[in-house]
Amino acid sequence: MNRRDITTLAAALLLSLPGSLTQAADVTEIAITYIVDHPAIDAAQQGMIDALAEGGYTDGDKLALTVQSAQGSMPTQLQIAKDFAGREPDLLVGISTPSAQALQSVAGDRTVLFSAVTDPVAAKLVETLESPGANITGTTDKQPFEPTLELIRALVPDASTLGIIYNAGEANSVAQAEALAAVVGDFGFELVEATAAQTAMVPDAALSLAGRVDAILIPTDSTVVSAIESVVNVGTKAKIPVIASDTDSVERGALAALGFDYYQLGWLTGEMALRILQGEDPGVIPVGALDTQDLYLNANAAEAMGVTLSEDLLTSATKVIQ
Amino acid sequence: MNLFAISGAIEAGLLFSLVALGVYLSFRVLSFPDLTVDGSFPLGAAATAVAIINGVNPFLATLIGTAAGGLAGLLSGYLNVRLRILNLLAGILTMVALYSINLRIMGRPNISLYGEETIFTPFEQILGFGIWTNCVLLLIVALAMKFFVDWFLATEVGLALRASGENPEMARAQSVNNGRMTLLGMMISNGLVGLAGSLFAQSQGVADVNMGIGTIVTGLAALIIGETLIGNARVAGATLGCLIGAVLYRFFIAAALSAGVLGIQAQDLNLVTAIVVAVAVVLSQARRNRSGLTRPALWRRLARRSLQKG
Repeated sequence: MNRRDITTLAAALLLSLPGSLTQAADVTEIAITYIVDHPAIDAAQQGMIDALAEGGYTDGDKLALTVQSAQGSMPTQLQIAKDFAGREPDLLVGISTPSAQALQSVAGDRTVLFSAVTDPVAAKLVETLESPGANITGTTDKQPFEPTLELIRALVPDASTLGIIYNAGEANSVAQAEALAAVVGDFGFELVEATAAQTAMVPDAALSLAGRVDAILIPTDSTVVSAIESVVNVGTKAKIPVIASDTDSVERGALAALGFDYYQLGWLTGEMALRILQGEDPGVIPVGALDTQDLYLNANAAEAMGVTLSEDLLTSATKVIQ
Repeated sequence: MNLFAISGAIEAGLLFSLVALGVYLSFRVLSFPDLTVDGSFPLGAAATAVAIINGVNPFLATLIGTAAGGLAGLLSGYLNVRLRILNLLAGILTMVALYSINLRIMGRPNISLYGEETIFTPFEQILGFGIWTNCVLLLIVALAMKFFVDWFLATEVGLALRASGENPEMARAQSVNNGRMTLLGMMISNGLVGLAGSLFAQSQGVADVNMGIGTIVTGLAALIIGETLIGNARVAGATLGCLIGAVLYRFFIAAALSAGVLGIQAQDLNLVTAIVVAVAVVLSQARRNRSGLTRPALWRRLARRSLQKG
């Protein structure tokens, strides 16, 4: 490819661009973007699409759906946001904090819906959770930690120190760690933090907690959850119960989790989308959160980590992995 | 592709032309394969964002972000020149360290500048270009930095810096201090990258600790596309190539995003970028081998300047 070939290719690309999308008037356009491909984000997206379909908006029929991933790149996220703004869709959806922020910066008076944002107030997306104020609302994946701390107390009655492993570079994880630190005292725990910037650093973080804590809690942190096996490994060897915050981790060896279902969160977001499409003002729709949590237990892990599962817990569990 | 998407591509392109200029200084002029930029880009953003939310004037905050980037470059240069750490490793070490430092500076991983005063705010009223305001301002900044680099590389210090990068032994024979030149060049290079990060945070309204991922690849892709189109025989041509290459690269991405040109979709972008860079590197190597490595004109100018000085 010589210089002229590249020029020709570039010209051809530019010429092929203006081919705009032609849409029938009664089709609703929704544009979804997210920062990176991840199981939780995919689940939220699927939940939302299914809820829209349930409400009568099926892709290709009454709905024209555009979905784009920023591949973990903020500059690409900016370009996607601008592209979306120019398409004039009926609704812009950002899953994850940076995606929602990018859409917010280009939205103008267009409506933006977000999902899987842990702290929408700190991210300056909404004024308050109860009344967002502007043309942006959505759902948060912030979990109340009180039920999880009660569960840990039930599993390990004599525990006094609780370890947590998270990625200090993830806004969502830091928000969870801060929320947890604020409430552990009420349950008689002392918090010990360990951080891992990459998946490869998770084993070291887990080892650093061995001998210093009576139980380990893993938040919904994609870096740590990706390497949950290495935490389980340390927990098994050092007889420290490992409690997760997503049900999938229990199937991968964690002792227990009061699970957070991103599909359900996406479904909730989809229901909010339906309300907005029917003309409701997003500024007065409170930020949504899930109030149900499913208990998953792993009987093998309980034995390996030296925990006895009480009859009460076993009967209240949604699923017990043998 | 709609007007918004075009404005977004130009905006991101002009922002990354500053990165490309920095990468040109390190990779091409100094022959220093510098990976610091993946850290100095978010560093510029972080320093500026923290300054702005603490009420510092946005213009001063931009200057702080630029200076922070320059310091990061100085650190990589120092590791290489004074502590004799391999240049590639020196950059990687600084980049890794900056991740923690950026977290410390910001105190949290993500700072939103939504609703804050930025250097773009006053011009929105004055210029009245609507969605093009950022593009116009960034074009002015990018051109100013291009002419700054052109001017700098023609000064006596700049000529010495080029000589040092081209052939350190011969430069030393002309009494050029190679170590000092590396420090200076790395500082200016990463200062430009810090400026890019600072402006990115202000135009997009957010600084995020993970925003530096892939900065070096984008900068290199822009530099190399520019070189392939315009050539790098002359400094002015190479720097113009940085601007054009960066904008063009972002148009490729916008095209891929807008509707699968040539069957390319968003998830293929990283692969496409890697292929573009690899092909262009091979092309520019072939060209370099043809033209020979040394540039007699550069050495004549350097000798003349030092003679004039006495």
